[in-house]
Amino acid sequence: MCLGVPGKVIEVFEEHGLRMGTVDFGGIRRKACLEYAPEVGLDSYVVIHVGFAISVVDEEEAARQYALLAEMGNLEGIDLPQDPEGVRDEVRR
Amino acid sequence: MRFVDEYRDERIARGLLDEIARTVTRPWTIMEVCGGQTHTLIRQGIDQLLPPEIELVHGPGCPVCVTPLALIDEAIEIARRPGSILCSFGDMLRVPGSEEDLFISRAAGADVRVVYSPLDAVEVARRNPDRTVVFFAVGFETTAPANATAVKQAHDLGIENFALLVAHVLVPPAMTAILVSPGNRVQGFLAPGHVCTVMGWTEYEPIARDFRVPIVVTGFEPLDLLEGIRMVVGQLEEGRAEVENQYVRSVRREGNLEAQAVVAEVFEVCDRAWRGIGVIPNSGLRLREPYREHDAELIFPHEGGLASESEECIAGMVLRGRAKPDQCVAYGELCTPEHPLGAPMVSSEGACAAYFLAGRARAGVPR
Repeated sequence: MCLGVPGKVIEVFEEHGLRMGTVDFGGIRRKACLEYAPEVGLDSYVVIHVGFAISVVDEEEAARQYALLAEMGNLEGIDLPQDPEGVRDEVRR
Repeated sequence: MRFVDEYRDERIARGLLDEIARTVTRPWTIMEVCGGQTHTLIRQGIDQLLPPEIELVHGPGCPVCVTPLALIDEAIEIARRPGSILCSFGDMLRVPGSEEDLFISRAAGADVRVVYSPLDAVEVARRNPDRTVVFFAVGFETTAPANATAVKQAHDLGIENFALLVAHVLVPPAMTAILVSPGNRVQGFLAPGHVCTVMGWTEYEPIARDFRVPIVVTGFEPLDLLEGIRMVVGQLEEGRAEVENQYVRSVRREGNLEAQAVVAEVFEVCDRAWRGIGVIPNSGLRLREPYREHDAELIFPHEGGLASESEECIAGMVLRGRAKPDQCVAYGELCTPEHPLGAPMVSSEGACAAYFLAGRARAGVPR
């Protein structure tokens, strides 16, 4: 029920008095309400829950955390995977 | 997918597991509150990869599991009325009521519709002005802004035939109820990352301080969960009891203030009964004025008989972290996701369904 999926905002518009947008989840696009992510713009990543953006992904914090995690895995030269395949897992869940 | 795939890296997972094993010196019991986290932990077998000193117990964070039987019966009663449409998230349909579930009601002709967002239910109401459209508003704090916005939109647009059947619950009072319950074993918590995305973590600070329990706000991917566990174990071993944030890419201490504002405008805190647990003071939300004209419980006073639970089902014990799903005599035989006796076997967040879908056998029984 509290499932939230990160997606990229590719369009912003207004509908019935609410700020809405189109969000891309690695190829799958859905409409979402952006009322609670007022600072969000095009190409930002948001976490979507039941059709509502509940946060804007902090990309700097994410990069910093990932670097720390990668260090723990004793990895060198990590490339962030851009593979959209993961979306299938999300849809199954 | 960005912000998903990189948190599933197996080599980093091994590094985190090694770090946890290096840190731990004695047994600790940690509860993950959120059922979505339970599903990832069990599906990935993370509970079995951890050092034997660490026991994970599964919490009550499954909204459809804790929605009272009487409210399920009421939803069924509303759905069966001529002239009404019941909209719901898909998870609710197979949750057993006293005599049937919403899926059976729909097969028998009731108008039950699955929606993706509560705004879709408002749209159903707009298109069916001669019917009363009721949205079954189940959920924790994460879902409250969406449900509040749906009511507010209907109210503002003059859509009078839209109502909510509210079953909203709150996490911090449930954590406190677990900590004060006799025989509690929980020594640290993974707090639910999306609840805290909305609410922040200030409400958890007095719990950590007063009960001396570490609380780590944690995300939902395997690496998030392993890092959350590592942080809780680190605090326990060092004798600290603080709120820490693992889910830094989504959660800020004050939470989402705009979302909190709409919840405060539309809802007020009330006592609420949790299925399998009982009434917890100040643990729920209900509509406040002027939105109470959209309250389905006021529009359709409940006529149902006495709600009755299955005798074999130990859902209440499972939801309080007092028993594991595989310890139930009905698990996997009398009770399966196709024919559930209790709500935790239904949902994509229920602990019993998590065990069953991962192919876990009943304790002591090969499967």
